[in-house]
Amino acid sequence: MNLSRRHFLVLMPAAAIAWKSVLAGTPEQAENYKLSDHWWGMLIDVPKCIGCGNCVRACAAENDVPEGYFRTWVERYHVSDENMTNPEVISPDGGKDGFPVAKEDAEKYFFVPKMCNHCADSPCTQVCPVGATFVSPDGVVLIDQKYCLGCAYCVQACPYGCRYIHPEKKVADKCTLCYHRITKGLTTACAENCPTGARQLVDLKNPKDPIHEFLKTHSVQVLKPQMATGAKAFYNGLDGSVR
Amino acid sequence: MCNLALFLQEQGNIMNGVEGFMYPNEVGLQWSVLIVLYPFITGLVAGAFILASLERVFHVEAVKPTYRLALLTALSFLIVAPLPLQLHLGHPERSPEMYFTPHSTSAMAMFGYVYLWYLMAVLVFEIWLDYRRDIVLLSRSSKGLLRLIYKVMTLGSDNISPRSLHIDDKVGWIVTLIGIPSAFLLHGYVGFIFGSIKANPWWSSPLMPVVFIFSAMVSGIAGVMLIYMAVTKLRKQPIDIRCVDTIAMYLFYIFIIDFSLEMLDLIHRIYEADESFRSLNFMVHTKLYFSHIVVQIILGTVTPLVLLFITQVVKLPEQVRKRMYVASGCLALIGIFAMRWNVVIGGQLFSKSFLGYTTYKMALVTREGSIVAVALSILPLFILWALVKLLPPWINDHTSQAAAGD
Repeated sequence: MNLSRRHFLVLMPAAAIAWKSVLAGTPEQAENYKLSDHWWGMLIDVPKCIGCGNCVRACAAENDVPEGYFRTWVERYHVSDENMTNPEVISPDGGKDGFPVAKEDAEKYFFVPKMCNHCADSPCTQVCPVGATFVSPDGVVLIDQKYCLGCAYCVQACPYGCRYIHPEKKVADKCTLCYHRITKGLTTACAENCPTGARQLVDLKNPKDPIHEFLKTHSVQVLKPQMATGAKAFYNGLDGSVR
Repeated sequence: MCNLALFLQEQGNIMNGVEGFMYPNEVGLQWSVLIVLYPFITGLVAGAFILASLERVFHVEAVKPTYRLALLTALSFLIVAPLPLQLHLGHPERSPEMYFTPHSTSAMAMFGYVYLWYLMAVLVFEIWLDYRRDIVLLSRSSKGLLRLIYKVMTLGSDNISPRSLHIDDKVGWIVTLIGIPSAFLLHGYVGFIFGSIKANPWWSSPLMPVVFIFSAMVSGIAGVMLIYMAVTKLRKQPIDIRCVDTIAMYLFYIFIIDFSLEMLDLIHRIYEADESFRSLNFMVHTKLYFSHIVVQIILGTVTPLVLLFITQVVKLPEQVRKRMYVASGCLALIGIFAMRWNVVIGGQLFSKSFLGYTTYKMALVTREGSIVAVALSILPLFILWALVKLLPPWINDHTSQAAAGD
């Protein structure tokens, strides 16, 4: 393989990011994976999101998400100075194909990626009548789809609108934090495909994870903190108007 | 290009019946008209049982003509109560898991136990105790298959000596006594299923179980009153006006409590005006205006309350009173159904982002469609008809003669 100096210079930053990711993610083999060693969450850096929809498409492709339903989606907020508590929000097809160009005005526009918050005290888990949905020992809210009744009580109980009843399987469905990937040392499909690093898988039990430093040095929030769900989708730079 | 995208999104929203912004997974409603029927039916059960207990436990002799009919009505509706839930489930074949592996933190997991307790330990047992003498006599006087059915129904207990019947009566009294809190449990629990969902401000209220209990009593009492009047008319027998006067009086007072609780909830919401208020207020004034303001409050609550109030304070001829009771009873049932509709469907019409609204499109012939809902609403009346045929609630000349000959 002939690598020109030009190509080398282009690839250097990408390689640096990849190496950082490898170090942070501490890739493991599935057989070495210990549930008790992890406590997964997601860091969402709002100012970094450009609303490209890559994450939505990647999630749909990776997890075979049915058309019209979303394990993750992106919302675009338009907050006017006069009406800060009543933003104008759009998410055409979950933001899968990006967004229309915003009006050229001086008002505030930003994108907010949404997904299951993998709450430690999750209301969906609480209400499931048969325990088909549960928090795994490594902190991921999962659904045993072979056990789910499809009663939709969990869908009603989720404050974030992250769940739906799968139109073909007739059971509850939602983001699994790409559990099939993260237990093999990979990151989630959405995080892997985010071109700006707006989404980062975090392991709160891993002392080497940069999340610890990030949480110390940034103003990080969760969605709807008044719900006291122990949400583990941490948002950096979250505007107060976001619902 | 951007204008086209916005235009397409708006068109999509219009087609989906969406106004403003809904989280993408919220557009379609998860709980349909069948889940509206479920609390309506269980409410009728609980209310009918409470009416029956008035005579049995609280010795309100005037309502005695409705005692057995109320029990059979409760049983007919209770048999149908799980059907809307079963039809709604994505995997009804897995529903026994709720019995075998119930999730202790889930309000819904208790359904099976509460249901079975109420059906078998309270209602069926009480009906059996009350009817045991009649069943034994019918098993002696009937012929063929019917005789066999009655024989089986005696469960081998054919002693109808005065002492034995006295024991039946005592045990029946205890069962009714246990049945009252059980009826409260059954319907209060249904209210709790909704009231405990903190994600939904339209539902989340500690008053919800209490409102459900009182509205259940209203619907059950109104339902039994109407059934009693209709059945008596069909039998070409005179309606016991003292009985319906008493039932109407109880209906009036319980209706006042129910309405006061609902108004308390409403006033509290309006005065507190928390973050969800603007969204809910808009919904009540638009999408829910007809079903909530017009049907539930004006037509289904205030009108019957005024009619019942008039019957309480003005001396009216018997015929007029009866007509007013029928009108009040029908309107009360419509009002309580509208209340269930507004709770279940209304609670899903707004986004949990409080930024938009969706529309409920009721299908016609699907598993959760309106035809199924109508069929399930009528089914208890057919079951009641069969039960009344099998276990006549009124003093049967035939059995009386048999008893005399015994």
